[in-house]
Amino acid sequence: MFSKISIYISLHAIVFLIIIGAIVTGGFVIAFIWAVKGGQYEDDYSPAVRILFDDDLPEKKDKENKEEKKDTEEEKPVNSIK
Amino acid sequence: MEPVKCIHCGEDCGKHPVMWDGKPFCCNGCKTVYQILNEKDLSQYYKIAPMSGIKVDTSSAGNKYAYLDDKELKSKILDFSDGGISKVRMFIPAIHCSSCIWLLENLNTLEPGIIHSSVNFVKKEVFITYNEEKTSLRRIAELLESIHYIPEISLEKNEENKKSQKDILIKIGIAGFSFMNIMLYNFPEYLPGSQQLEGFLKDFFGWMSFILVLPVVFYCSNDYFLSAFKNLKKGIINIDLPIALGITTLFLQSSWMIFTGTGIGYMDSLTGLVFFLLIGKWYQNKTYQALSFERTYKSFFPVAVTKVKESEENVVALSDIAPNDHILIRNHELIPTDSVLVKGNGNIDYSFVTGESLPVIKKEGDVLFAGGRQIGSSIELEVTKSVDQSNLTQLWNQYQTKAESEDGIESVVNKVSQYFTIVILLVAVAAGTFWLFRDPSKAIFAFTSVLIIACPCALALTLPFTFGSTMRWFGRSGFYLKQSSVVERLSKTDTIVFDKTGTITYSAEMDTEWKGEKLSGEEMGMIRSVSMHSAHPVSRAITNDIPDKIIYPVEKFKEIPGMGITAEVKGIKVNIGSEEFITGKTTRSEAVSTIVFVNINNQIKGYFVIHNKYREGMEQVINSLSENYELHLISGDNDSEKERLLPVFRDKTRLHFNQSPEDKFRYIKRLKSEGHKVLMVGDGLNDAGALNESDVGISIADDIFQFSPACDAILKSGKFKNLNGFMTFTRKAMWVVFASFTISFLYNVVGLSFAVGGNLSPIIAAILMPISSVSVVAFATLNISLLAKHYKTGK
Repeated sequence: MFSKISIYISLHAIVFLIIIGAIVTGGFVIAFIWAVKGGQYEDDYSPAVRILFDDDLPEKKDKENKEEKKDTEEEKPVNSIK
Repeated sequence: MEPVKCIHCGEDCGKHPVMWDGKPFCCNGCKTVYQILNEKDLSQYYKIAPMSGIKVDTSSAGNKYAYLDDKELKSKILDFSDGGISKVRMFIPAIHCSSCIWLLENLNTLEPGIIHSSVNFVKKEVFITYNEEKTSLRRIAELLESIHYIPEISLEKNEENKKSQKDILIKIGIAGFSFMNIMLYNFPEYLPGSQQLEGFLKDFFGWMSFILVLPVVFYCSNDYFLSAFKNLKKGIINIDLPIALGITTLFLQSSWMIFTGTGIGYMDSLTGLVFFLLIGKWYQNKTYQALSFERTYKSFFPVAVTKVKESEENVVALSDIAPNDHILIRNHELIPTDSVLVKGNGNIDYSFVTGESLPVIKKEGDVLFAGGRQIGSSIELEVTKSVDQSNLTQLWNQYQTKAESEDGIESVVNKVSQYFTIVILLVAVAAGTFWLFRDPSKAIFAFTSVLIIACPCALALTLPFTFGSTMRWFGRSGFYLKQSSVVERLSKTDTIVFDKTGTITYSAEMDTEWKGEKLSGEEMGMIRSVSMHSAHPVSRAITNDIPDKIIYPVEKFKEIPGMGITAEVKGIKVNIGSEEFITGKTTRSEAVSTIVFVNINNQIKGYFVIHNKYREGMEQVINSLSENYELHLISGDNDSEKERLLPVFRDKTRLHFNQSPEDKFRYIKRLKSEGHKVLMVGDGLNDAGALNESDVGISIADDIFQFSPACDAILKSGKFKNLNGFMTFTRKAMWVVFASFTISFLYNVVGLSFAVGGNLSPIIAAILMPISSVSVVAFATLNISLLAKHYKTGK
């Protein structure tokens, strides 16, 4: 008697799990489609290289310098017009 | 001593490197790029991948990109613009390493107006977002050119291929998802004691697999149904018909079983089949996205041209040029349409159009045809025809009529599948009728079982994987095929037709041979000192071939177009030029420019004979090819090389000189009508028609991204010596195909014996079908990689 009930319950658990399984894998398929449409499979070389580039390049310092330079450069012609 | 290598491009610097910042450079161009990068603290470029810079030989005119200021043209090139911020995608063939990615993504350091730039390495594109107020498209293009990443700008965009690759990936994802889940549902069926499984669970599994199979049948496999239907309408049975038939019967039979509650059906086999087929298709379609095999004359011509009106120069789009307009053509620029020379000295290189390797001299009033390239000072032309009416473009368009036989009706797999389909249908009907009399309950089941098990999955997978692997291996070796079906067409070739200039010879290099008195070292130095001042290809060949590097100062240098050059070295007069120029008479009927006389101090010393320089290994390639193929040569050039080529090609009747593009086209057509399978090997516009007409057209290119006309395959010029190896390889690949076919037939015999007997259970289908597919795929790919290895070590 007891064993019959437990089998019955466990079978229903399988149905439940199967549905959940289908939903979870379905979620991954949707994620995959989204990734493909977003173009993630278009270039399989540069992302791997890009991650290795240093972020703190002279670029940052440079940018500041340049902004200063630019300011002075931009001002000059204005002055001359005046 | 180790040769000094250029810090920028890694090339040998020679004896006198250009030094800057204590570092050696091979040329000023490389030094300039280093200076630009160093100034902006971008010298890390040289650390990521050392010596990876790009060397550029010719610098172009300053206003090459002036047309990018033209609003209308710009709007065609830009992807997006709202007036303030614009986005553009530029194709830069030179992208080749991680340093390139790093530099191009840090472009805003060089040009602050650039907001963001990102690289797509596979497509060799850079995507730039910039501020219109701070910079312009023209400045960006000029910046890229200044650091030797020369963008190739064209008004046509081709997005189709990418789209279909995306679709196929999505289809694979969905089919894989269904396959995986349905396998799980069917699994209990295959265990002993599955009969005791609760009835409601069986129904539940059946229903689940029915739901999951729907997207596979109606979305993932729609290409097979469409193709089978299309070909059937044309009266052709191709490989997709038995596939579509198999999928349909699998689906109907299984649905019937599920709905009547008699079983779970063959849904796992169905989804697995579609999954494997799609992978095969994807593998086969993975081609070279950055290469273009579909070039038309439009990509050959420039986008814009300089128009002259009342002594005012304007850069306008090519399509805006009308007859009677005056245009300006600068050094190394292309003549876009038929026109008349109005001002200046024309020195036109027609090598792309006619194959003639030496420039032609044109005087004012002469007619110039489209496709020529001006070498020397600028010339002014009056246009006589609009661009798409010029002789060249008309010739080109005329060839584009080649019927699209993309599916290759005569392809091996389609031939086999014709018989296959008929035989399978006969077997199915026979089995059905047999059981109708024996045991009517089994008749329909036996009929469908035959169709299910005989589904030509393995057959359909053979070609994609064999040819796909072959294509990949070829690609790694510098031989790029447009589609995998080219492998099969190559293997059937029995006749090879070569173009001469640029194909078996180098297009720009020439050999010289001295005939006459023996020259002293001083005299040779004098000749070289004079010839190095001229840009004419013959002068350059002479300069290159004289080993003496002493340079004397040259005075009173004068170049007379079409005749020769004259100058004084240390007070001694040196004349170099045509026979007429030096001796005052012409005795030879051959083209004058192949013989160059030298006169020093009013004494005729002798003459140089100018030969085309043959590609490395040309004779070996031709000799080894002549064992298996009939070889022909058609050239637009004069026949001065006939004597040298005759021993190589053996037969006089197969050597043809002075052939126009039209003649070449007709020649191929004639060979084809005689029943030959023709491979044409050419290089440029002049054989575009012939390349198109032949069964397989291979174009040889120094730079595989540029100037290759419409063709089936592109061969890197350095790999020309391997041509015979590639050809042999395609024939071996065909053997692998036949062996795989045999294996898949054996599987079918086993499967059919079950099916005809009327006892094909889902478990047998579930085991047999994937095994046959996987083993055939493994057999094909393994064999090809073994062959490739053998070929590599065998060399």
